[in-house]
Amino acid sequence: MPEPVLLQTHDLVARYGDFQALFGIDFSVSAGEVVAVIGANGAGKSTLMKAIIGLLPSPAGSVLYHAKPIGDLAAHEITHLGMTLVPEGRQLFPSLSVEENLVIGGQMNRPGPWSVAAVYDLFPVLKQRRHQPSTSLSGGQQQMVAIGRALMSNPDLILFDEVSLGLAPIIINDIYAALPRIIEQGMSAVIVEQDISRALAVSDRAYCLQEGRISLEGPSGCLTRAAVNHAYFGV
Amino acid sequence: MDWLNAIVQGILLGGLYALFAAGLSLIFGVMRLVNVAHGDFIVLAAFLALVVTQSTGLHPFMTFIFVIPLMAGLGYALQRGLLNQTLGHAILPPLLVTFGLSVILQNGLLEIFSADNQKMDAGPIETMSLTVAEGLNIGVMPLAVFVIAIGVITSLQWMFYGTALGRAFRATSDNQQIAQLMGLNNRHIFGLAMALALVVVAIAGIFLGMRTSFDPSVGPGRLIFGFEAVIIGGLGNLWGTLIGGILLGVSQNIGAQINPGWQLLAGHLTFLVVLAVRPRGLFPKVDG
Amino acid sequence: MTEATTYRVIQSTPSSQMAALAALALLVILVAAPWWAGRGDMRLLSEIFLYLSLAVLWNLLAGYAGLVSVGQQAFVGFGGYGLFALAMFLGLHPLLAVPLVGVAAALIAIPIAFLIFRLSGAYFAIGTWVIAEVFRLSFAQVSSLGGGSGTSLPIAIVKSMAGSRALRDSISYWAALAMIVLVLAVVYLWLRSRHGISLTAIRDNELAARSLGIDVWWTKFWVYLVAAALTASVGALLFLQKLRISPDAAFNVNDWTAYVIFIVVIGGIGTMEGPLIGTLVFFLLRGFFADLGTVYLMVLGAVAIVVILKAPRGIWGYIHDRYGLTLFPVSRRVVKFDSSHKNENPS
Repeated sequence: MPEPVLLQTHDLVARYGDFQALFGIDFSVSAGEVVAVIGANGAGKSTLMKAIIGLLPSPAGSVLYHAKPIGDLAAHEITHLGMTLVPEGRQLFPSLSVEENLVIGGQMNRPGPWSVAAVYDLFPVLKQRRHQPSTSLSGGQQQMVAIGRALMSNPDLILFDEVSLGLAPIIINDIYAALPRIIEQGMSAVIVEQDISRALAVSDRAYCLQEGRISLEGPSGCLTRAAVNHAYFGV
Repeated sequence: MDWLNAIVQGILLGGLYALFAAGLSLIFGVMRLVNVAHGDFIVLAAFLALVVTQSTGLHPFMTFIFVIPLMAGLGYALQRGLLNQTLGHAILPPLLVTFGLSVILQNGLLEIFSADNQKMDAGPIETMSLTVAEGLNIGVMPLAVFVIAIGVITSLQWMFYGTALGRAFRATSDNQQIAQLMGLNNRHIFGLAMALALVVVAIAGIFLGMRTSFDPSVGPGRLIFGFEAVIIGGLGNLWGTLIGGILLGVSQNIGAQINPGWQLLAGHLTFLVVLAVRPRGLFPKVDG
Repeated sequence: MTEATTYRVIQSTPSSQMAALAALALLVILVAAPWWAGRGDMRLLSEIFLYLSLAVLWNLLAGYAGLVSVGQQAFVGFGGYGLFALAMFLGLHPLLAVPLVGVAAALIAIPIAFLIFRLSGAYFAIGTWVIAEVFRLSFAQVSSLGGGSGTSLPIAIVKSMAGSRALRDSISYWAALAMIVLVLAVVYLWLRSRHGISLTAIRDNELAARSLGIDVWWTKFWVYLVAAALTASVGALLFLQKLRISPDAAFNVNDWTAYVIFIVVIGGIGTMEGPLIGTLVFFLLRGFFADLGTVYLMVLGAVAIVVILKAPRGIWGYIHDRYGLTLFPVSRRVVKFDSSHKNENPS
C-alpha cells in the first residue's frame, strides 16, 4: 500500500492489575484507511482502543503514531497529537449542554474542517437541541454528540468504540450514513463493531481479536465468512 | 429593635461565612475533595495579610495584591505536589493528608506568631455605620464583606457556567477519563481549581483579619462554619451556600441575643436541625 | 475423617500462637506492676493503655467500618464529665461510674448516629467534629460542673476510692489495664466473629459487601455505638487520673483525636497490630521530642502524610507484607489438611 503508516502498535500488551487483556498485538492503520476491529465480547477490542489512546499505560515503543513513540504518553497528550476516541457507551458530560459538549471537544484548537457549525450540518437534529442538557437526548442523538465531540478536535485518526451498541437498527443506519462524509475529509478511522457484516462493509481492512490476540487480519473484501467465524469463535 | 438588629447583623455575618464556604464548595464540586485544612488556610491568609500591612504599611484592603497571588501559587503547588496523589476512590488518603496539613499549619503559625490575638486595623471604616432606622445601624465594614461575598459568588458562578475554564472544571468533575480525551490534563485542572479556591480563601482571610480578632487556633472553627453553610445550603449550590451562611449567622446572633453562651451552639443546632429535616440541604443541586 | 486431602479454614498461625503465650505472660507481669514499678512508671503505663484503647477503637471505626471520625473527643469528654457528675451529684463510686458512662454514651450515640450517618466520607468526618463542638459548648454551659473553666474532683471523692494514695494509684492503674484488655478483647473477638467478616468486607469494598447482602448501615451503626461506649469509658478513666476537667481539655481535638489518628495511621490502619505499634512509636517519639512542643506536632503531621502517601498500610503493613507476621489472627486462611498434618493445630 503506498499510503504511509499512520498508527502502528508493536507487541502491545495491556493488563488490568493481575489480569492480562492483550497479548502482543501488532496492529496498524495507514493514512486514509478505515480499519475494522471485530471480535466477541471480552476479546479485548475496547482494551486495545484504550491502550492506543493512552487511557491504559504501555511502554513508549509499543505504540507509534506518525512514526513517533507515544505509548508512554497520557491520553491528554495523545489527543493533542491528533488522535481521538469515541468511547463505548457515549459518555457525554452530563453537566454540559449539547453545544458545550461539542465546544469542549474543540478546545485544543487544532485546525481542520470541523467546527460546531459543521457538526450541526452533519447531524441537523442536534442544532435544535443545542442548549438542552446532554442527558435529555435519545441514545442515538447522544451518540451523534459523542461523534461530533470527537470530530471537533479535528483528528487525523478517530477511533470509534462500539458506536452502535444499544441503538435501534434504523438509528445505526443514520449514524453509519454519516461515516463517508467524515472519511472524505482525509481522516482515518478505526471502527470497533460487533456486527461483522456491517464492519466488513464499511472498512478497507479488518482485524479479528480473540482472547486478547489477533486471530485474523486481511482486506475486508477478501475475508470469507468461514474464516471470520473461525477467527471469531475459535471453532 | 434588638431582635431586628440581631437578625440584620446575622445576615451580614452570613456573608463572611459564605466566603468561608465558597472555596470549600468549589474544590468539592470539581474534585470531590474535602479540605480539612481549609480553615487553617483562611487563618494563614489572615496572617499573611497582617505581615504585609505591618511590613509595607499598606491598608489591609490592599494586601490582596500580595496575598491573592501567594495563596493561588500555594494552592496550585499543593495540589500538584501533594493532593493529586491522594485522589482516587479511597476516602481516607485525602482526609488524613489534609488533616495532617491542618495540624502542621496550626502549629507552624503558633511557632511563628505565638498564640496571641491579632487583628488588622482597617482605620475609620471600622467604626463607620449607616443608620437605616431609629436604633438600627449597619456597619460599613460588615456590609462591605457582605457585598464582596455576593461579588465572589457571582464571579464563581459566571466562571463555572460562562467560561472555558469552568467548562473544563465541570467536564473533569463529570468524568476524568473522558475529559482527558478532550486534551484536558486533570492534574493541571485540579491545580487550577485549588488555586482558585485559595484565592477565595485569601479574600476570606483578609476580611476575617479586619472584622474579627484571630489567632492560630481558630482555623478549625472557620472550617466548621464554612462546612455548615455548605450543607445547609445544599451541596454544589453556590447561592445556596450564601443562604446557608446567612442562616448560620442569623441563628448565631439570635442565640447570642438569648444568652451570650449560646451563640455558637445555636448555629450548630440549626445545622443539625437542617440535617435532620432536609439531609441534602435546603437547595440541593438538581442533577441532570 | 477420611485419609484423603481435605482443606481446613484456620485463623491461628504459629507466630500468633507464640504471641498469645507472650501476651499472657506480659499480662501477668503488668498486673503485678504495683509491686515492681514506681508511681511515675505506673502513670505512664496507664496513659499508654488508655491511648492504645482510643487508638484501637478509632481503628475499628475508621480502619474497619469506614467511619472516619474526627470527633471522638465528644465521647472522651462526655465520659470524663459523666464520671465527675455521677461521683459529685449522685455520690457514686468513681469506678462504678465508668461502665455507667459507657452505657449513657451508647444511648446518646443512637440519635447522633441517625443524624450524622446522613453525611458520607469527609463530610461525615466534619459532622462528627460539629457534634464534639456541641458537646463542648453544652458542657461549658453547666455551671454546676464549673462552666467554661471546669472543675476538680472533690478530695473526699478521691479519698473514698481507697484509703492510701499507693492503693489509689494501683486501683487506677489496674482500671486502665482492665480497660485495654476489655477493648482488645471486644474488638478482637468481634473481628474474629461472623460480624467481623462483614466488617472486613466493608473495609475492602463497601459496594461489593452491600451486594453480598451485608447490611452495611446497621453494621456501621453497631460499630459506632460500641466505639462510643468504650471511648466514653476510656475518657472517664483518663479524667479520673487527671482529677480535673474543663471543656477545652475534655473535648480537645488534638489530644483525643489528632494524636490517635496519627498513632493508627503510622502504625497501620485497618490492622489489629497497627495501633499497638503506633502507640509504642508515639510514646517513644514523645519521650525524645516532647520538649519541642509545636514542632513535635508538626513532625507527627508530616510523618503521617508521608506514611499515607508512601506506605498506606503503615509500619505494620510493611512488616506484614515483608515477613508475613501476624499477631492477632483475625483473617482466615485455607490450608491443606491431610492425615500427615494431624499435629497442626486448627483451633
